[in-house]
Amino acid sequence: MTSTSARIILICSGKGGVGKTTLTANLGIALARLGERTAVLDADFGLRNLDLLLGLENRIVYTAQDVLAGNCRLEQALVKHKQQPSLSLLPAGNPRMLDWLTPEDMKQIVALLAERSDYVLIDCPAGIEDGFRNAAAASHEAIVITTPEVSAVRDADRVIGLLNVQGIKPVQLVLNRVRPEMMVSQEMLSVEDVTEILALPLLGLVVEDEQVIVSTNRGEPLTLAGSPSPAGQAYLNVAQRLRGETVPIVDPSKEPRGLRATIKRILKKRLF
Amino acid sequence: MSLIDFINRLLGRQSPSANTARQRLQLVLAHDRSDLNPELLEQMRREILEVVQKYVEIDLDGGDVSLETEDRVTALVANLPIKRARPLQTTQEDAAAAVAGPGDDDGSAGSDEAPQAPIPAWPATAGEAEESAGGSDQGHNDGEVHNSDAAEA
Repeated sequence: MTSTSARIILICSGKGGVGKTTLTANLGIALARLGERTAVLDADFGLRNLDLLLGLENRIVYTAQDVLAGNCRLEQALVKHKQQPSLSLLPAGNPRMLDWLTPEDMKQIVALLAERSDYVLIDCPAGIEDGFRNAAAASHEAIVITTPEVSAVRDADRVIGLLNVQGIKPVQLVLNRVRPEMMVSQEMLSVEDVTEILALPLLGLVVEDEQVIVSTNRGEPLTLAGSPSPAGQAYLNVAQRLRGETVPIVDPSKEPRGLRATIKRILKKRLF
Repeated sequence: MSLIDFINRLLGRQSPSANTARQRLQLVLAHDRSDLNPELLEQMRREILEVVQKYVEIDLDGGDVSLETEDRVTALVANLPIKRARPLQTTQEDAAAAVAGPGDDDGSAGSDEAPQAPIPAWPATAGEAEESAGGSDQGHNDGEVHNSDAAEA
């Protein structure tokens, strides 16, 4: 499909609301910070939100559909991020013009993005219908994001099955909204439970973090910050692992407990 | 966790929900992945039991035919505790009797496509047969056997 060496990564989950768009935004910023030319494509036409999470909602003039229709050049449709100009956003399109979008259209637009990028991240719509199929058709590899909840894991499993059928690989897993204390008391599926059930390599582990909501309120992804919050650090680590760096994954539910460890943790929190 | 929940947990009255979640997920994923609906699975289970009963007397209460999943590979697992082998000479008649036992078997499974279709060799599960509980009830109660699916899977 493309002659370039750009990595074209689908970010999908099956279930809605598990953190696809948040991951796409944070990963995009993180990769750009690491010096990669990154394009993020919002493939969720009906309910696009990636622009909002990146704080770019007021700067969109054209969409991918305008590019395909010849209304504008790709450069005009791409929205560059202010602080991280290596990152640009391409919204897929206007919900009212959806009819003509096909897997071929998607492949074409992704090929255009791949020519000028090191990474193309495709924010997949929820579900496993046409929107998913279009986005998957244009992708080479995938990140499946899920939370440790039965419905999210079940939907992720369906999506993984479909990705396997399409020959997309590697498919890696990001486990989102982890609550270590619930895992310790065994009131939440453990990290092993989820990785064993889905049989995917774990690319990242993101703890539940209130700062995610704060950052979406502001339209400033966590990975923009100099010293990011726990979730921000986790997204940054995902970006590093994607690039092949070895960053060990720490399961927060297995961190040392007991008095000394607790004091250490508290000291660390207060000092920095 | 409220105090009353905590006390219940301490007293072992309620098991942690993560176990329940894992078990329910494994069961539902096994079905999702194989695209077998419960009805088809039940029919297959009944036909398998009929064939096995031709050759050996099995403990229907301790038995279990279910789908299990590991590493994205789904397997049909049959755990059929053997009471004793049937004498070779009388095999045919006994089998006929066994098949005729449950009322609905004749109509639904017996005359369907191919109940006699060759079935690949089962992995021996003799070791697990010991744990089978009260096997005194010889009746072919399909409903009860089906219940044990959910409990064991």
